[in-house]
Amino acid sequence: MRYISNTPAQQREMLEIIGASSIEDLLVRIPPKARLSRPLALPPAMAEMDLVRHLRRLSAENAGADDYACFLGGGAYDHAVPSPINHLVSRGEFFTAYTPYQPEASQGTLRTIYEYQSMIAELCGMEVANASIYDGASSLAEAVLMAHAVTGRDGIVLSRSVNPLYHQVVETYCEGPNLRLRSAPLADGLTDPDALRKIVTGATAGVVVQYPNFFGCLDDVKAVAEIAHAVGALLIVVADPVNLGLLTPPGALGADIVVGEGQGLGVPLSFGGPNLGVFATRQDLVRRMPGRLAGATVDVDGARGFVLTLQTREQHIRREKATSNICTNVALCALMATIYLAIMGRRGLRRVGELSVAKAHYAAAEFAKVPGVRLRFGAPFFKEFTLQLPKSPERVVRRLMKHKILGGVPLKAFDRQYKDCLLVAVTEKRTRDEIDAYAAALAAAVA
Amino acid sequence: MSNVPADLQYTREHEWAKVEGDRARIGITAFAQEQLGDVVFVELPKVGARVTALKTFGVVESVKAVSDLFAPVSGEVVEVNAELATKPETVNADPYGQGWMIVVKVADAKELSGLLSASDYEALITAAH
Repeated sequence: MRYISNTPAQQREMLEIIGASSIEDLLVRIPPKARLSRPLALPPAMAEMDLVRHLRRLSAENAGADDYACFLGGGAYDHAVPSPINHLVSRGEFFTAYTPYQPEASQGTLRTIYEYQSMIAELCGMEVANASIYDGASSLAEAVLMAHAVTGRDGIVLSRSVNPLYHQVVETYCEGPNLRLRSAPLADGLTDPDALRKIVTGATAGVVVQYPNFFGCLDDVKAVAEIAHAVGALLIVVADPVNLGLLTPPGALGADIVVGEGQGLGVPLSFGGPNLGVFATRQDLVRRMPGRLAGATVDVDGARGFVLTLQTREQHIRREKATSNICTNVALCALMATIYLAIMGRRGLRRVGELSVAKAHYAAAEFAKVPGVRLRFGAPFFKEFTLQLPKSPERVVRRLMKHKILGGVPLKAFDRQYKDCLLVAVTEKRTRDEIDAYAAALAAAVA
Repeated sequence: MSNVPADLQYTREHEWAKVEGDRARIGITAFAQEQLGDVVFVELPKVGARVTALKTFGVVESVKAVSDLFAPVSGEVVEVNAELATKPETVNADPYGQGWMIVVKVADAKELSGLLSASDYEALITAAH
């Protein structure tokens, strides 16, 4: 982006050209009662030193993952962010939130997007991935629209195992095209195949499961794939790509579209955003895929180069028939993920998964020893699990915060039947000391 | 000037129809493929699908544009040119021959009389220039 000045002299010149005497002149058409006739009610400007002091005081009130042991999950996770990521993405050449305009003039950026897509596709076990979408929830909503476009059907079946917030976003997206959304119930924290079979019909465009699911449990994705494919519906799997260094990729389990939140791939938590919407699918569905796509090609001299490809799917060319209204990607977050995956490599990512699983299982065993505390579900889980508490989870979480522990996500806000439940996530960053301190504080809080 | 065969009938949207008994073979005109440029993808309905006269039945995509394909007549799709999936450039090379797109079992022969003759169509594309 070029810096463009706007001096009083330049303003006068511009006004002269358009025949206005002042900037106020340009606003006369706005009805007076719609305009604010007094200055904004703001306190007087502070001196720099005072302002810095003021802001420091405000930020000290935050309970962030830097100062607290973070056991929060439910869609965003406190995975380690290797320090080279911030150094590299802060370079001026990379520091943009968007896919570049005149993309082919930005070969380096396109290259990073291409590498991102290649690594995501491999992780998901799919043939093609897009340049990323806003976040996991919007990726899922776009996948649902894509299933509708591919099959020409209007029914969508979402397992209750999918993050309830994603559920809400999908509901909103389904309103416009009038898609019929149905929820498949759970049995002991898992998608119930028998119940699912009754809901999935020849009018179903797509079936959605989360893997591992919102409660941390591992659904039988293969069984769900068979149910979906038996009626010609697409299987959409919501997955956290960090876990896919260890878990079987959804593509190998029958997924037609894999979406998910990629925040764990080196993107800091930052108050819940910006995030990284992962989207991958099969090659034969690529023309129905939403979002931007970087491709590799050769120039007139035969040298390797990168382009934005299949843009005929997109709004600026295909207008109202575009596959989606998404015309950009979260370039910076995608770059963070690219660098993260390059640093971690196959073994590193696998190690993150192994450590997270081992620590989560240690924590679950320790917490379940606390009298009155039990694991809510019996199903196998990954790095996250659901505790049932004898006291109000909200109260327990507040008590834990006094011990500098962010204890988890109370589930009451999502579903009243889980009002005594707490969702706990354990990443590779948690130490044995932190977990033991949690167990002790939990015992005191529920005693 | 583009080639406009006399034995075909045409739509204002630049598709041609060739009557073959109770069927009609359908494609896009030489003028259409010239305007589109290199065709890179053709999306066609499946055999058994129903198409409606002057409604879209598919999409043709070139390096510079995406355009809807409009059915000259209503009816059931009985044949689809599968070769276009791997060789879309055939539409450019031979729009009235190997580049055909679908064959429809004509539901209502009267619809054919509403189509443009070769001379009408030629006048249309001349006026467009």
